[in-house]
Amino acid sequence: MSANAHGPFEALKGLVRRQYFWGIVAIALLLLVNLAKDPGYLAVSVGSSGNLVGNVIDILRAAAPIILISVGMCLVVATRGIDLSVGSVMVVAGAVSMEFLKGAPDTVGSGLAAIGLVVVVSAALGAVNGMLVSVVGLQPFISTLVIMLAGRGLAKVITGGQNTTATNEMFRWTANGHVLGLPAVFLLALLLAVAMGLLVRRSALGLMLEALGMDAKAARLAGVNRRALLFTVYILSGVLAGFAGVFATASVMTVDVSRTGYQLELDAILAVVIGGTSLAGGKFNITGAVIGAILIATLDKTVVFLGVSSSATPAFKAVVIVALCLLQSERVRRAFRKRRSAVAVRPAEREKVAA
Amino acid sequence: MSESLPIVEMAGISISFPGVKALDEVGLRLFPGEVHTLMGENGAGKSTLIKALTGVYRIDEGEIRISGEPRLLGGTADAQHAGISTVYQEVNLCSNLTIGENVMLGHEVRGAAGINWRATHRAAGETLEKLGLGHLNPKQALATLPLAVQQLVAISRSMVAQCKVLILDEPTSSLDANEVEQLFTVIRSLRDQGVAILFVSHFLDQVYAISDRLTVLRNGRFEGEYRTHELDRAQLISKMIGKDVDALKSLDAKGARRVRSDAAPLYSAKGIGRKGAIEEIDIDLHRGEVVGLAGLLGSGRTELARLIYGADRPDTGEVTMNDEKAEITSPAKALARRIAFSSENRRDEGIIRDLSVRENLILAVQARRGWARPLPRREQDAIVEKYVSALGVRPADPERPIRLLSGGNQQKVLLGRWLATEPDILILDEPTRGIDIGAKAEIQEYVAGLADDGLSVLFISSEIEEVVRQSDRIVVLKDHRKIAELEGGQGVSAESIVNVIAEDGLGDPSADTAVREEVTT
Amino acid sequence: MSTLTTTRTEPTGARALAKRLSLHLDTLPTAAAVAIFIGMIVYGEAAYGRIVQFNTLSNLLINNAHLIILAVGLTFVILTGGIDLSVGAVIAFSSVAGVMLMNAGWNPWLAVLLMVLIGTAFGAASGVLVQHFHVQPFIATLAMMFLGRGLASILSTVPERLADDSPVRSLGAQIKVYDGPKVNDVVLTPGVIIAAVVVVAAFFVLHRTRMGRTVYAIGGSEQSAALMGLPVAATKMWVYIISGTLSGLAAVVYTARLGSAQNITGIGWELDAIAATVIGGTLLTGGAGFVLGSVVGALVLGLMNVLITRDGGIPPEATTIITGGILLVFVLLQRAVLARRRE
Repeated sequence: MSANAHGPFEALKGLVRRQYFWGIVAIALLLLVNLAKDPGYLAVSVGSSGNLVGNVIDILRAAAPIILISVGMCLVVATRGIDLSVGSVMVVAGAVSMEFLKGAPDTVGSGLAAIGLVVVVSAALGAVNGMLVSVVGLQPFISTLVIMLAGRGLAKVITGGQNTTATNEMFRWTANGHVLGLPAVFLLALLLAVAMGLLVRRSALGLMLEALGMDAKAARLAGVNRRALLFTVYILSGVLAGFAGVFATASVMTVDVSRTGYQLELDAILAVVIGGTSLAGGKFNITGAVIGAILIATLDKTVVFLGVSSSATPAFKAVVIVALCLLQSERVRRAFRKRRSAVAVRPAEREKVAA
Repeated sequence: MSESLPIVEMAGISISFPGVKALDEVGLRLFPGEVHTLMGENGAGKSTLIKALTGVYRIDEGEIRISGEPRLLGGTADAQHAGISTVYQEVNLCSNLTIGENVMLGHEVRGAAGINWRATHRAAGETLEKLGLGHLNPKQALATLPLAVQQLVAISRSMVAQCKVLILDEPTSSLDANEVEQLFTVIRSLRDQGVAILFVSHFLDQVYAISDRLTVLRNGRFEGEYRTHELDRAQLISKMIGKDVDALKSLDAKGARRVRSDAAPLYSAKGIGRKGAIEEIDIDLHRGEVVGLAGLLGSGRTELARLIYGADRPDTGEVTMNDEKAEITSPAKALARRIAFSSENRRDEGIIRDLSVRENLILAVQARRGWARPLPRREQDAIVEKYVSALGVRPADPERPIRLLSGGNQQKVLLGRWLATEPDILILDEPTRGIDIGAKAEIQEYVAGLADDGLSVLFISSEIEEVVRQSDRIVVLKDHRKIAELEGGQGVSAESIVNVIAEDGLGDPSADTAVREEVTT
Repeated sequence: MSTLTTTRTEPTGARALAKRLSLHLDTLPTAAAVAIFIGMIVYGEAAYGRIVQFNTLSNLLINNAHLIILAVGLTFVILTGGIDLSVGAVIAFSSVAGVMLMNAGWNPWLAVLLMVLIGTAFGAASGVLVQHFHVQPFIATLAMMFLGRGLASILSTVPERLADDSPVRSLGAQIKVYDGPKVNDVVLTPGVIIAAVVVVAAFFVLHRTRMGRTVYAIGGSEQSAALMGLPVAATKMWVYIISGTLSGLAAVVYTARLGSAQNITGIGWELDAIAATVIGGTLLTGGAGFVLGSVVGALVLGLMNVLITRDGGIPPEATTIITGGILLVFVLLQRAVLARRRE
């Protein structure tokens, strides 16, 4: 936005000031670590079918579902909310589509119908979150916690506890296909992220969400419709998680009811924070969330590449999120700024706000 | 009344916040066995001074002596140690606990098996008894008590802490007459026990009923300390608003500039009210007219404005606009009916600090259109261009975050936000408070021009002469009700309004208790 | 404006009754939990039989001792208006670390102590983040949850068996208290006794110490509590430390009973513990609730699992939906109660 007409140097300075710049730096560092272990790590070759093959391509492919849930989470966080249910919505989406495709003919039509079904179901789950938060007035984390808990159970009920498998070429293509040699799944995720970016920035949705997240009282007096906005963001977050679920299941055409989307909510929160969106709400940055998601995918791959069990990655993510939360906290910032101010009793505003 | 040594003596107290000098060499003396009232309009520095005494703010200059000893108060705990207790306007108790627990929290009687509840409740009962609250059951939940009684419980709590100085910060603002009387009984009993009491209230009648001594602050400065019986109401009001009685006399209205049309009012409310905020009131607003709301802080002027805008939902009353019934229950509905409201609380309810000037300007217009129909950038720029230049917003950089602008320029942007919605009715609550003289004059001039263009303006200000100068018609409020409605023009001046406020209730039969009249609902 | 409104008229007749009832609205959710528990027992006995007998009820306690301990810890945190999502993961890390150390030749009791202290350390970390850096409690403890789970996975990803002759197993050994006919005995384990001691101690702390009252006061209004001069900061630290420590203790009890530990132990237990606490009548917004209610809540969840197993018709997968549904119903019930109280 601010990079126009200032020359390349100014543009670079603008980039450095953005928080997601450090996300890019971190990605580069991780890749360097991998490169140190295996000098051929970054090599990308053309595979037998004319598609690009390589570790970097794998990272992009793995990033796709995380990108989607991070973009949805980003919008929810902008309103000072949180959506812990994204992982469970993913598994429900996977379960619904696999169960549907299991009995459907292997046609493009049934593939599209499965995706349509996923959109409806995940929008419905998002709407439940939206209703609990905006109409009933529950704290966002508890409303979405309930859906997180019940969602995985719902997926298990849908598949009867089985890891349902199905075949559908079109559906499979969304995750394993290629366009111009690049994985279709990454391009689709990017496309959806760009579409969301355009939606919020070309309409007034972004402005309204920011106003609501920054100062709910002032926004109300300015006539901003809180209820409708909250419904909108939770539904969007649900639908994006639904697509993420499609991608996560389509790659193997199996829904793993206990692992698909498991604990991905923290990945999404982490990506949002890395991307420069504060958990206290307000200004949000979708580009940042996308870069954060790619960083997380890189981290996942790096940990495995270095020979650590993939189930240990949460520990690394936890360390990153604690560090970022500390950087965002008033106390640390004040220590940096050393600004003199009154020793007023500071009520725990954040917790109140979450209510 | 004893002329003994003051128990608290604050001298030459100054406190600055970034960009503002909140207190400038202010003094305050509290004597044991005396009720001392701190008076002043919004922004006079009352709450800052109280927070200095309770250890919440650190003083930059000056000295606080308690019982003759200079003391440094580094926090609320220090103040409590020094025997200073505070009861705030909002009851600061835990409504989830019982009365006895609240009284004794942190001072529970402990035995071998932890807290001895029987002894604790007995101690609570005895403390309540001392304040004439013996009828309360300490085991009852606090939440079941009326607010007034909760205030009394909060006072009992400070008794447990053995306080020598009790600060009552606007304890009466949402109490009715009987409750105030009950509170006053307790205050008198404490005074007779030798406690020094600092009382803050906006209700003049209450001030004259209870206090022995007054300190008046204005704009962060000390105006004077007086014996209550030596200062009459008109004099007090003029001290608070900073104009001599004589000077007020000369400040006659400039005469009505606009002739109101005899057409039906644009907006007409019959009996709108809200419990605890404003009693049932009638008000009409016409096109091309500025109606002023005059009254002291806490008189209900802001509350009335919020009801009209739907920021608070009215309990009673009917509103008609253009001869049809209107349900205005939310700001969005008010905006849809072309009513706009600029809040007195610019920081928390007006600007959105981290958004740019442009975004703040178009927010209300955009909210009314809904997010799906974005205002094209060209129209945004046109609005921004129009109001930035018309109102003289400086710096004229629409992409700058609004928090970086001065208060006056923020206020201009807000005015622009509401004007951009092309309202029929514009409610301005303290549009000129806390901004520099230049910006103030510009805004005043602009507002006068708006009515000439056919808008209906409701103008609220704590500066009565500003209301007089701006308004064609003035509604005078006191103690949450309308006490007079005056046509602007000859004979109406700041002084006459001050007199109306000061004299109201004096001839009233219920004035012997000198508490505001209770209208039973 | 204050959050409280006044009722000025003296109550008479029906209104007096309503007012008396509203006095006890706080206890309504707990009463509902007890009613549900009894209802479940009656239904279970009628539909499947063999519920109201010593060994079923003994097993209910034995199998849920760890959950009771967790729920007690969460009661402290939730009473202050906070939350602790890390308890399940802390159990995983603590138990894997403990068993591995024992198998590596550590003194078993020293390892047990360390297991408890690991919990303490996690709790302290959450407390510092929440209290000193103003991180929202659910974010701080979510981070701790991932840290615990990740560290456990770094240690091991396979079940770590406790040696058959390990003295720690004695904590899970069944003690026959009353010898009934056939297998219908009253049986206890040291784990159950530990849970009982924890419950009694927690009850004492919450109701008989100033710290306990401060916990309630913070939940009622943190700002008021601070203005009343109560030690808010220290108490908030303590509740997270208590919750963490009790997670460590729950890890000991659970490991002793099961005889093994794994990195995936305790997945979703934080939700069970929260549900137990909420079902037991503790307000998620803080300020009201009872330890004993949380115990009933934990037993409701335990009994639900027993009934689902007995029924056989309900897919076990539906358990989480039912737990989620119950949690939601109780949270809504709490909101309704709060709304009533504000009137």
